[in-house]
Amino acid sequence: MRLLKWKKREQQYRQARTELFAAIKQLDRRSFLQIASLTAAVATAKTVLPPHAFQLVDVVRAETEEKPLFRFAYIADTHLYERTLNERFVRAALKAVEDVNALRPQPDFVLFGGDLAQLGQAKELELGKQILSELKAPVKMVAGEHDWYLDLGQKWQELFGPPTYSFDHKGVHFVALMSVNEKDFWTERKMTPMERMRTVAQLDSPIQSRFEVGDAGRQWLKQDLARVSIDTPIIILTHAPLYKYYRPWNFWIEDAEQVQELLFPYKSVTVIHAHTHQMITHRIKNIHFHGMLATSWPWPYAPEGLPRLTVKMNRPDPFDELDGLGDGAVEVYTTGYVDKHYNLWRRDPITVARAYLESWGREAIPPAPEFPSY
Amino acid sequence: MIKRMKLLMVVSVALGSCVLLSELGQRRAHLRGNTMMLSATAQQSPRPESRQVRSESGNLVVQLCDGRTQLEIVGMRAGEVLPPGKAREVARQMMAMYTEQQAKQASKWTQRDRVMWEREQKRMIDEGYRLFHDWQALGGTIGISCDMCHPDGADTHPETYPKFQTQLKNVVTLREMINWCIENPMKGKPLPCDDPKMIALEAYITSQRKGVSLDPGKH
Repeated sequence: MRLLKWKKREQQYRQARTELFAAIKQLDRRSFLQIASLTAAVATAKTVLPPHAFQLVDVVRAETEEKPLFRFAYIADTHLYERTLNERFVRAALKAVEDVNALRPQPDFVLFGGDLAQLGQAKELELGKQILSELKAPVKMVAGEHDWYLDLGQKWQELFGPPTYSFDHKGVHFVALMSVNEKDFWTERKMTPMERMRTVAQLDSPIQSRFEVGDAGRQWLKQDLARVSIDTPIIILTHAPLYKYYRPWNFWIEDAEQVQELLFPYKSVTVIHAHTHQMITHRIKNIHFHGMLATSWPWPYAPEGLPRLTVKMNRPDPFDELDGLGDGAVEVYTTGYVDKHYNLWRRDPITVARAYLESWGREAIPPAPEFPSY
Repeated sequence: MIKRMKLLMVVSVALGSCVLLSELGQRRAHLRGNTMMLSATAQQSPRPESRQVRSESGNLVVQLCDGRTQLEIVGMRAGEVLPPGKAREVARQMMAMYTEQQAKQASKWTQRDRVMWEREQKRMIDEGYRLFHDWQALGGTIGISCDMCHPDGADTHPETYPKFQTQLKNVVTLREMINWCIENPMKGKPLPCDDPKMIALEAYITSQRKGVSLDPGKH
């Protein structure tokens, strides 16, 4: 009896096995990709491979089967001091360069999101230029307030050219926009250049003015966009977020509404900004906003004003100097909207997909933090 | 002996009549803005100074003899005489204000103490603000200051201490955590826990979380 039962079980097993292999041969591409990515994830789970060049097959993308038009990488907020004072920020910047150089295939270009230097000093900016020159792909520079307010942009412009410019790439119109202009607060206080720089460098300083694109900047943008058709996707590369998040920390521009008005007529607009040193997502009408990670240190989320669509990153561990930091990439699709990759150095990478913003947060929701800010 | 007693009697009568007269003349004196008053009790305690109180808008200001309780009469200019009905109303109101103060228990602490507490607290908080934002003052050596990771003291969570910190392998207080930050990200020398700088930092950090409930152990 037992023998019979065993044989039956054995037969069942063989039968099931045969069926399984037959079924695999008949798998459609979508299911195969799902299984493949799950297997890959299990295989590499928790294995830290320096540099973080491993790109998991994106299940979301597998579903839509749409390939991006192109990809660009980003590094932002390096806040370099001279090596003799602080090596930590230099090491972190080099790590980001290593990451980007290891990407296969190489991105079309690398965006530097601003705040290359910490105190805007010539030596800091030159050190930054030297580090970024190690990048294989071409670099597009955006200025931050830390780069600017020691000498009001003199050294920056000498090294990198004008802070506002535009270019077209594979059918997308890019604008690098100077968004950290400040009204003069230093003359009446008779500040030295370094005093002015230190005031601006202090995020919570009540003395410095609030950021703005400014009349001249908005005028320039208007004229530049006049040449662009409504259907052309637009991507703005800038330092400050072009919306009002938290005024006391200049996570804000004073003329946000006016800048957005200039962008509303266009079919698709994406803003890639830095300055906030955190994962942050926002949408206003047709404009998608994505923040970039910093390489130097993470900022906490502001006490109020956080956009609803933002899924916070895990609260960075103060005992780990690389937590909450990283670099990343932006994949641009035919609609002009993007998938934003956050390559966190101490966590699994996170993608904020265009489907998430297009559905106003209903689909493709990024993973939630276990320990959010409080 | 008798001469002395007579002298005493005369003096006391004189004083008493002074008091009586001044009490009678009180109201009139008040109405005229004269705040000088002699009373039996006032003789023992120091006389409050008479200060002619002026309001910015030039209105009539009536002040009680305690030197504090005041009433600004809108519609009357300084130097003008109140009509009788209005005067009675003003006097009634001021009496009510004075009585309300007397309903409070006698306190050991005065306004002067209050001022001192606030002033000293503010001094510590301001000193803490300075150290928080200035890495050189705090003894850091690599250009990193507290406010870089903690603008406005954000993300310090003083209300969650004491709590277990893995890398410190212990339940620690806020001061140990501050010292860890000074040693590690800031690469400075840790402060003794009773150092005035440490107290100042704690004063600033906690002031930024005023009103938040205690939640020790929260991660």
